[in-house]
Amino acid sequence: MGILRGKLLPPVLAILFSALLCGIALVVSGANPLRAFGVMFAQVGEGTTAVDIINSTGTYYIAALAVAIGFQMNLFNIGVEGQYRVAAVVAAVVGGSIALPPGLHALVIILTAAVAGALWAAIPAILKVTRGVNEVISTIMMNGLALGLAAYLIGADVFGELRGNNIRTPEIPETGWVPGIPFGSSGTVFGLVFLAALLGIGYWVMMNRTRFGFELRASGESSTAAAAGGVNAKKMVLIAMLLSGGIAGLVSMPEILGRDHTYNLNFPAGIGFSGIAIALLGRNHPGGIAFGALLWAFLDKSGLALDNVGVPREIVTIMQGAIVLSVVVAYEVVRRFELAAQQRQVGRQLGTVDAA
Amino acid sequence: MNPSEAPATVPPPRKSRRIPGWAVGALGVAGAVVLLSTTSYLTGVPQLTSTGTIQTAVRLALPILLAALGGLWAERAGVVNIGLEGMMIMGTWGAAWAGYQWGPWAALVAAAVFGALGGLLHAIATVTFGVNHIVSGVAINLLGAGLTKYLSTLIFFPLSNNPRESPAVPKFDTYSASGLSDWLGELEAQQRVGLSDVAGILRGLVTGVSPLTMLAILLVIGSYLVLWRTRFGLRLRSCGENPVAAESLGVNVYLYKYVAVISSGALAGIGGAALVLNPGQPGYLEGQTNGRGFIGLAAMIFGNWRPGGLLGGAALFGYADGLQLRSGGKTFLALVYGAVLLLVVIVIWQLVRRRWFAAAFGILAAGLLYAVYYSVEEVPSELTTYAPHLVTLVVLAVASQRLRMPAADGVVYRRG
Repeated sequence: MGILRGKLLPPVLAILFSALLCGIALVVSGANPLRAFGVMFAQVGEGTTAVDIINSTGTYYIAALAVAIGFQMNLFNIGVEGQYRVAAVVAAVVGGSIALPPGLHALVIILTAAVAGALWAAIPAILKVTRGVNEVISTIMMNGLALGLAAYLIGADVFGELRGNNIRTPEIPETGWVPGIPFGSSGTVFGLVFLAALLGIGYWVMMNRTRFGFELRASGESSTAAAAGGVNAKKMVLIAMLLSGGIAGLVSMPEILGRDHTYNLNFPAGIGFSGIAIALLGRNHPGGIAFGALLWAFLDKSGLALDNVGVPREIVTIMQGAIVLSVVVAYEVVRRFELAAQQRQVGRQLGTVDAA
Repeated sequence: MNPSEAPATVPPPRKSRRIPGWAVGALGVAGAVVLLSTTSYLTGVPQLTSTGTIQTAVRLALPILLAALGGLWAERAGVVNIGLEGMMIMGTWGAAWAGYQWGPWAALVAAAVFGALGGLLHAIATVTFGVNHIVSGVAINLLGAGLTKYLSTLIFFPLSNNPRESPAVPKFDTYSASGLSDWLGELEAQQRVGLSDVAGILRGLVTGVSPLTMLAILLVIGSYLVLWRTRFGLRLRSCGENPVAAESLGVNVYLYKYVAVISSGALAGIGGAALVLNPGQPGYLEGQTNGRGFIGLAAMIFGNWRPGGLLGGAALFGYADGLQLRSGGKTFLALVYGAVLLLVVIVIWQLVRRRWFAAAFGILAAGLLYAVYYSVEEVPSELTTYAPHLVTLVVLAVASQRLRMPAADGVVYRRG
């Protein structure tokens, strides 16, 4: 019970606190917060919102898993942002230029994306292992380079083609598409949303049921203890980073293979950073991350309705930022509180021992 | 205590530095000028050292410089500040909001205040609550971006009919050393090898100088004096090197960290104001910072957590940016040639020092770069924008062992 309280209380408090904060912001700017929140919940039933939320949840879930693998061993892969972008371009280019039977084609594209993401993540990983370069800085720089590389690769004289105002990679032939589950006028759930679920299960199994997962978590808890236990820290960094990058590479696959069939200028940005926030909110637990991804997707998609009642929808971005910040603070406060309680308990027990 | 051990506690005589810091800086500047004018001569690209390029470079270097300075303050006190980008974004909004109403000086103050608010948030999270610095920084970046988008939709939209843009913000008047500038202009026009290059660079530096530029230079010098020449600075830096020892000597570590991180935010905010008050831009624009906070962080690392070094880093990144903006990818290619020249010098130096491996590596890199220079018509503009990122990665990879960050940088400290 106490464990559950320690795990569930902080996110609940953080979300309530953030909602309160945004409510105050709304009141100050002259809007009715209850009406705004009401509109957001009502929006879920409108049009394609519910399906959009599910699709978006899948995307966020994959990004957050990629971040969480690094977090498990205190490795900050800030570079998910760049990894999924590079992977998307490479996969879209490869997918658009090869011809394969249905199924196999999609599989090749997905694998290409994973490999591209892993390779992009390999650079900071190798720099860290061989030269001791801090992965935070190097992955931030790699994010910038990813933007440049993607913009270069879809240039009209490289792999891209001009369509109206948009530049995009050649369209992936139909054999490479992954069919979704149509819900008529409510939209279509991407088939690869299930890939996200599979990855979540795989993540759980890897972390809790394999030697590698144990060593990963051990390195995160105490790198010195892990080293004493025979864990090769450099190897762990390399593998964790490659895995993280590989999963990051899959982030945009549901969208590209399910709807867009190409990489274009409207490619969504910032999913990697949202992934960091969601992994923090979910405490690297596959279930917690799923909840966080759902919350993020809900805020994103339902927030669109706010414009109808005259509230700038960016309020949900503030709410997301406030949630991350307050949730990490809340976890820290609860941790300290429990530590103090534990110490008191130990003290009491020792005290009774002394008295007897 | 064994008395014979006593002498061991006497510090060994300090290894005297062969060259003082200011001389290294002067040598660096001279080397850069020689390199640029040689490149300009050999490639026949006079724009490398033209007044216009330098002016643009200075304008573009300012935001990076100020962000880097912000990073310096925070990290010297032991707080890693990834949130610079978010604080900078808040600064751009504050500058535009106050600027269009009360003019550029108000813009500066408001930007500093808004940035400082971001810094305060970062300080509360990292210092008081002991949240991981990277995590808090990422959160502040998200929050800063969201907050400014919200506020600009709310406040700028009715004024400019565009939720992503502010009304035009009045700029600073610029000042030129007119007599000197004209004379240097004549020299530059003569196209004499070396001399005209120096004249062009100098003229770029003394023509159309905004008070913001002077302020930024003063802030660099001021930061150096405060952090390295005052008691306050020593204490602040001690919080970044060994907070436990500092606390035991009576330094209020939390207070110093708070001051440092709030100053850091204010400086990043002023960096944002430098973007808004850039004569080339009307005012606030969504996505205006475009990762410059991160580049500032990179400039600081490039400069080895020292004010002089980060000035050099910001100058280099600003120059690359300015060259690209001013004269395009063809001219930028000349810079690749310059890099080859630089590598050749380094290789010779490594050969003299009999560092064969490093020299071989340098030759390889130089050959590769020269192949690029030889085979490519111009560097695509999509890639030149990200040259700073690449340079930073290379510097980190090559010199990470020689860079020294504050010992307790990024370590959560808890008073105990």
